[in-house]
Amino acid sequence: MLNWTNFLSQLFNGLVLGALLALISSGLTIIYGTLGLLNLAHGAMFMLGGYAGYVAYHATNSFALAVLAATLFMLVFGILLERLVIRYFYDRPDEDQLLVTFGLSICIVETVRYFFSSMTKTVPPPSMFSGITSMGGVIFPTYRLALIGIVAVALLALYLILYRTRLGLIVRAGIEDSMMVDSLGINVYRVFMIVFGIGAMAAGFAGIVNAPVVSLSPGMGEAILVQTFVVVVIGGVGSFPGAVLGGLIAGEIISLTSMINPAYSYIMLFAAMTLVLVFRPRGLLGKKGRE
Amino acid sequence: MNLGKTFMQRRYWIEILTAFCLIAAPFVLPYFNAAPDTVNRILVWGLFGIGFDILFGYTGLLSFGQSAFYGTGGFVAAYLLTQAGFPYVILALIIGMVVAAIVGYLIGLLALRSTGIYFAMITVAIAEIFFFVEFNPLSAWTGGENGLPGVPAPSLYLGFKTIHFTSGWSLYPFLAFVYFIGIVIAFRIVRSPVGAILTAIRENPLRAAAVGHNVQGYKLTAFVIAAAYAGMAGGLLGVMQAFMPPDAFMFDTSGQLVMQTAIGGRATLFGPLVGAAVWLFLQDFLQSTLGLGATWKLVLGVVFVLLVVFLRQGIIGGFRDLYWFVRSKLATAPEKVATAGNGHMATGTQAMRTPLPMRPHRPVPKSFSGPILQVTGLTKHYGGVHANTDIEFTVNQGELRGIIGPNGAGKSTFFKMLTCEVHPSSGKILFEGRDITGLSVTDVCQLGLTKSYQVNQLFNSLTVRQNLIISALAELRGKFRLDMLSSVSNTPGLNEQVEHTLELVNLTERADTPVSQLAYGEKRRLEVGLALASSPSLLLLDEPLAGMSPQERVETVKLLKSISQGRTMIIIDHDMDSLFELAERITVLQEGRILVEGTPDEIKGNAKVQEAYLGGVHEEIAL
Repeated sequence: MLNWTNFLSQLFNGLVLGALLALISSGLTIIYGTLGLLNLAHGAMFMLGGYAGYVAYHATNSFALAVLAATLFMLVFGILLERLVIRYFYDRPDEDQLLVTFGLSICIVETVRYFFSSMTKTVPPPSMFSGITSMGGVIFPTYRLALIGIVAVALLALYLILYRTRLGLIVRAGIEDSMMVDSLGINVYRVFMIVFGIGAMAAGFAGIVNAPVVSLSPGMGEAILVQTFVVVVIGGVGSFPGAVLGGLIAGEIISLTSMINPAYSYIMLFAAMTLVLVFRPRGLLGKKGRE
Repeated sequence: MNLGKTFMQRRYWIEILTAFCLIAAPFVLPYFNAAPDTVNRILVWGLFGIGFDILFGYTGLLSFGQSAFYGTGGFVAAYLLTQAGFPYVILALIIGMVVAAIVGYLIGLLALRSTGIYFAMITVAIAEIFFFVEFNPLSAWTGGENGLPGVPAPSLYLGFKTIHFTSGWSLYPFLAFVYFIGIVIAFRIVRSPVGAILTAIRENPLRAAAVGHNVQGYKLTAFVIAAAYAGMAGGLLGVMQAFMPPDAFMFDTSGQLVMQTAIGGRATLFGPLVGAAVWLFLQDFLQSTLGLGATWKLVLGVVFVLLVVFLRQGIIGGFRDLYWFVRSKLATAPEKVATAGNGHMATGTQAMRTPLPMRPHRPVPKSFSGPILQVTGLTKHYGGVHANTDIEFTVNQGELRGIIGPNGAGKSTFFKMLTCEVHPSSGKILFEGRDITGLSVTDVCQLGLTKSYQVNQLFNSLTVRQNLIISALAELRGKFRLDMLSSVSNTPGLNEQVEHTLELVNLTERADTPVSQLAYGEKRRLEVGLALASSPSLLLLDEPLAGMSPQERVETVKLLKSISQGRTMIIIDHDMDSLFELAERITVLQEGRILVEGTPDEIKGNAKVQEAYLGGVHEEIAL
């Protein structure tokens, strides 16, 4: 159905999806940019964040506490994972890094499946944002509206950390040249640990705030992971603004195409990625430099 | 060549052993309660993995998108056999394979624009497109989520009798035969010049291009080979199950292939087969025998992570390391005697052999008789940094030119522009009268102009001899040739050229030592050897003496002198005494410009040069 109302509502849905993808992708891209490591377990972390929130929600009955618990849990989880496994892989070839994070993602997914089965789980939206809201004749679920705000705040927080703090300065310098940062007497490996934690936290946060929109299942991370790849390729690897721009573009492409024919939404997304690759192999906002 | 001979002997052993194992399997495995379907499945995964191992293990390109080609080959064959009424099963499989290879070529053109992690991400995304395309736009042909049931099994008409393969052990001979052909071809590819170059690309793509190989072309070749194997395996999957499942296109398929290859051992060709066997038997064992149900995959994931952390080369690699370890432990004492003997023999042969004259290289174009290198107005600016400005530079045939200059004078940038690694902002480079400005580093090397690097760029996991073979192959075969089925040792002229280069750089006794075990000075000599082995008519050496001890310097200067016989060379170095001894003329660069040019004696006495180096305090220090 092609009409104005439908278009507006899909445009808006695209914004929600896009903001979410932007948040998850920025975690992936910061980790990649700083550590030089593509985290194939990132999708699994998104999923794990959702489940952590689900557990916390049923323990406390408070959505806000669930979000807080899931976010902190993922921060700790990310740091532990970095200490226990990832840090042994900085000096190993790219392929080994891909293999180990791929293996870790299977471990995470299957552990969740073991405890929660393959059945989907749901987390209701907080009561404050339940119900629907009508805007100019278009009806939206209120939580989706709120979600844009929530994700925007999270992205802003990430932006402030990256661009307004000492840590962020080091991280951005690390993206340019981590060896140089190391030579300047900054313990770059401690920064790596924190960055991995922040990346995991961003994915986990996205996982729990998204839980009221899409029900949770152990395999949900895989599809998201592939989409974040597309986002990162479109936006430019290692670029935070690129992840945001790429996320919004990807969200809108998926949403607007499904208005016409849902079957083609992902095909269009990948077609867009192909175009970017042909005309701008480094992505829209990607810089020359790190390969 | 001794090496060639041992290669030959070993080659037939591996193939005969494989044939023997494949024939014995149906008689032996039933005693171990192996289900024929599981064995068949292992063969299909093993075949799928052979191509992937060439791509990942040998060429170093980790693709997470092989499902695209597996599915394509499978569905093309299945469509022909079930929907289009095409009666010939074997021909349908081959068509499926060819289509997969063509698709692989097109995808490769796109995906190989990037390297490393970017490449892995793009292959994932592209494979995902295939999944969605199969499910939606093409569902009328592919059956969408239902797949294509009723794929027939092959039969073979022998003239007097028709053999019908059906399923289980009856289908096994057919699959085993296809696998055998697959592995035989793969071994030939791996041992061909193409295979050697693929390994070089894995080790150091930059140098592989610099010695004159079309790296992009060879990468694409590996990608297409992998796609073809995947296509054939996909077709066999349909035949084996009498049904072509849509999940062949899923990311899980690619992931399972990657994991199996890593478990079994990469760059072994048999790794994927071993990995698949471990995977499928583990699945059976954990799921049914231990009753773990779906949790088996968690166990597998943990096992896989531990394997990647501790056993990097997989199961086969682990056994190989253990074998060498045990052998070296057991044979420490006799080995020493043996090496001593070998060393003796090597010196003996070296003493006997008179050094070959360097073969006359590509003839200079007849019409041309000017300077070998002529550079006019060469300029390179990086933003505000003026690395080189307006350089005029001429070198004559047979000359040995030295270039000196303080750090940051733009010497290395100048060399990089000459070999076309860096393109100038303006200016022109004529080599043997030909304008080479803007060509690629590979093409320039093919024309006969190459350099040795300031920082070693070697193929680190290969031996000295293998390093030189890579370089010599580029000169003997041109920048791109698909002689995938001929053996490296059969390349005409290769042996002489490699042996000769070994002698020139004095590494004959170290020929079969891996680069990682060489001393620094030896690595430096190999670095020069890599450039020499492509028999350049103009050789550039970027600080060949850097980091050497005084003793090594003396030897290397001697070596460079002997190399310079009948060659044109340009040498950059900071060691002025050595350079003044070697070079006939010296060019001094300062702040990106030519300061002065002349004979060593003129340069020594030149006030401007002293000023440049010593910043005006030259009166107090005698140069």
